[in-house]
Amino acid sequence: MSRPEHTAPAEVFYNDTEAKKYTASTRMMEIQETLTKRALELLALPQDGSPKLLLDIGCGSGLSGQTISEEGHHWIGMDISPSMLEVAQEIEAEGDLLLADMGQGVPMRPAMFDGAISISAVQWLCNADSTAHNPRLRLKQFFSTLYRSLARGARAILQIYPESMQQAEMITMAAMRAGFSGGLVVDYPNSARAKKHYLCLMAGAATTAALPAAKGLDGSDDEDDPESVQFAERARGKRRKGADGGAVAGATKRHPDGKGRNWVLKKKDKRRKQGYMDVPEDTKYTARKRKSKHLS
Amino acid sequence: MRLLTHNMLANNAKGVTKGFPLGLEVTAVETKEAEFNPDFLKKMVPKLEWGAFCEAAAVIGVTGFPTAVTPDLFEDEAFLKKFHNALLEVHVEEGVLICPESGRRFAINKGIPNMLLNEDEC
Repeated sequence: MSRPEHTAPAEVFYNDTEAKKYTASTRMMEIQETLTKRALELLALPQDGSPKLLLDIGCGSGLSGQTISEEGHHWIGMDISPSMLEVAQEIEAEGDLLLADMGQGVPMRPAMFDGAISISAVQWLCNADSTAHNPRLRLKQFFSTLYRSLARGARAILQIYPESMQQAEMITMAAMRAGFSGGLVVDYPNSARAKKHYLCLMAGAATTAALPAAKGLDGSDDEDDPESVQFAERARGKRRKGADGGAVAGATKRHPDGKGRNWVLKKKDKRRKQGYMDVPEDTKYTARKRKSKHLS
Repeated sequence: MRLLTHNMLANNAKGVTKGFPLGLEVTAVETKEAEFNPDFLKKMVPKLEWGAFCEAAAVIGVTGFPTAVTPDLFEDEAFLKKFHNALLEVHVEEGVLICPESGRRFAINKGIPNMLLNEDEC
């Protein structure tokens, strides 16, 4: 499958010809309609008969918006491609349109929307199209502002085409860190053609996440636990010397005995929590001392 | 862009803490008929920044909204019709949105506000 993300940035790829082609293709229209219908189903809006206000992220030429309008809801769409928005104007999309980059955040006041949907758009955030683009930061900005713009208890359903499992995980993790609960729903996981990923996110809904279990339930003491916080007298004076009298490798004022394996593990863990995907796995070799370079 | 959207937009450039309500300058408006739904209007009132809505309505030429919305106004058909017209039917085609904090101007072309930020703003 070709991936348009790899050819050019969204605002360049979806130029006038591509935008017209996209909207004129009956196949595209059918796909968009099915995806939108499914997204609305997952959105599970309360069926009280009153129209809701939805946000369509990456609304493009308003194909998904048409389906939302048919369901009787109001929508506001944002997209980065002026050509796509122009087509949306031509086909008289019922929602209001904004020219905005989701990686710069959702430019809305807090708690405005009853729900948000996005069809085949969010994976574009994983591409860095200029040196100023950092996928990790753009995902963070997008999800934190999306969270803010949703009413409490509202959902966001983002249909994505992840390039790899790692990319899907990167997007999901970014959403979780922004405060969303929920996860990835994969429709038809065994079919290469019909397989579809929906990221189902809930903003401020009743948290179902269990609390972390308390430590020491088996009667052990905190001194037995190498990870628990230790209180010790601060090491003072000069750097401690190694057994042979030489300085300990990597010793600093704060870490007189060298930083050690636990410090490395802690730093790697922190990096992972910040959303970096390139942190190597922890193995028995992690932070192990190197062999002496001197050949005897 | 309808006033509904105008009322929700915020400037989220870096360093701007309260980028709303955006100021509005208008050079062209167009009226398109929309379905009248009192339920939706009632639901939108608590979400709107009413002061900002009244100011924006004055800019597009609809004046005379009360300073606050009381529940008995929802029984007033004339008020609801006027509210509906200003909120959902009048489209700002050409104009400018102005950030209240930084003074940054966002152009509205062919009814689409350009909310794209420069690299140094995000």
